[in-house]
Amino acid sequence: MIRVVLPAHLRTLAHLDGEVALTVEGPVTPNSVLDALEARYPMLRGTIRDHVTQHRRPFVRFFACGQDLSHEPPDTPLPDAVALSAERFMVVGAIAGG
Amino acid sequence: MTQVRVLVGTRKGAFILTSDGTRERWDVSGPHFAGWEVYHLKGSPADPNRLYASQSSGWFGQLIQRSDDGGTTWEPVGHEFAYDGVPGTHTWYDGTPHPWEFKRVWHLEPSLADPDTVYAGAEDAALFRTVDGGRTWHELAGLRRHDSGASWAPGAGGLGLHTILLEPSHPERMFIAISAAGVFRTDDAGETWRPTNRGLRSEFLPVPDVEVGHCVHRIALHPSRPGVLFMQKHWDVMRSDDAGESWHEVSGNLPSDFGFPIDVHAHEPDTIYVVPIKSDSHHFPPDGKLRVYRSRTGGNEWEALTKGLPQSDCYVNVLREAMAVDSLDSCGVYFGTTGGQVYASADGGDAWAPIVRDLPAVLSVEVQTLP
Repeated sequence: MIRVVLPAHLRTLAHLDGEVALTVEGPVTPNSVLDALEARYPMLRGTIRDHVTQHRRPFVRFFACGQDLSHEPPDTPLPDAVALSAERFMVVGAIAGG
Repeated sequence: MTQVRVLVGTRKGAFILTSDGTRERWDVSGPHFAGWEVYHLKGSPADPNRLYASQSSGWFGQLIQRSDDGGTTWEPVGHEFAYDGVPGTHTWYDGTPHPWEFKRVWHLEPSLADPDTVYAGAEDAALFRTVDGGRTWHELAGLRRHDSGASWAPGAGGLGLHTILLEPSHPERMFIAISAAGVFRTDDAGETWRPTNRGLRSEFLPVPDVEVGHCVHRIALHPSRPGVLFMQKHWDVMRSDDAGESWHEVSGNLPSDFGFPIDVHAHEPDTIYVVPIKSDSHHFPPDGKLRVYRSRTGGNEWEALTKGLPQSDCYVNVLREAMAVDSLDSCGVYFGTTGGQVYASADGGDAWAPIVRDLPAVLSVEVQTLP
């Protein structure tokens, strides 16, 4: 299972209390994890990646294992620790604005 | 028993204010969608318990919420707003071409007859429609593909399509307004459009009476007299008596003809309301006095309505979407401020009282009169 942590506003939107556990077929990448997330929670489509371009929204970042993975190509495999459920894939909203 | 439901969109969520026909005591529910900007929410005239809300954030983009029970519960529906085809460019602030980019929905206008059909006005300016209750949205691209589209440039608040007026006696006719392009009219249900801005003058433009490029802040009409339109432009309050074919100024004795909202009394089609603002660089009322101005003559002759409104040290703004009327007798008038107050008058504007004082900045106010 892939463990995913979402920002508070997206947890509210998807009616989630804590982290999400997802089954991902094939390589575990940001795109495959987000595909699985959006398949289970369709209301999240467009909130992390732009609907049309599928690019990460500018004020959203991806972290895992203490690394900022936001600028990696989104089909790059995530660290093994994420694939093995030891670490979480974190979707983080920028600390900005008001 | 008659009920009034006031739908308030704010910078940090939506609120629903309800009262009986006396409009004396109010219940407040919310915030709905707490922490998100709610540019607009509106109910279906055909099914008043069907509400739609535009929820957005700079972090997570655009959502559309729908309620089938008058706002007690909500469900997110479709929120993919993709421009039709290859969108091309409009004009940026500095005059250079700039790609069309969807940012948010400013306005939702449910069909007069079908609760599942809703029009959405977007930034960057485009008109979308759903016919399945919000599940899918498709652009009515004839508007953006008008010959002038590439010349449309944003106002200070963005290139927003902020007003959609449906015409009850001509179902194929619709008016929309864009800052800063102007008013456009369709007579074929949105397939083709033409600008209807003759008579507007904007002195800050290189060509003050240009056909397209005016910063129209709001237009309004009374359903019993749909050929008569009223406009609050960036500067100037305007009127058209020929469905937008021509406009003439009716600012008259207003202390300032800059402002954002304009609305029409529910039962008196010549009674209109504006909120004068000092200037485009001040964005607060003249002299620190919050005054609604009413004209009972369709413009030109205006009276200040001040009873119950702060008449000193008031420096809030009233945004274009933040005024509405109910259809009770006597007509109720409502407006919200950037200071978080929502004021109501149950007597056509003669006297005002705040329903709430401390909401987040109010972006929009709509009213439903329920049997």
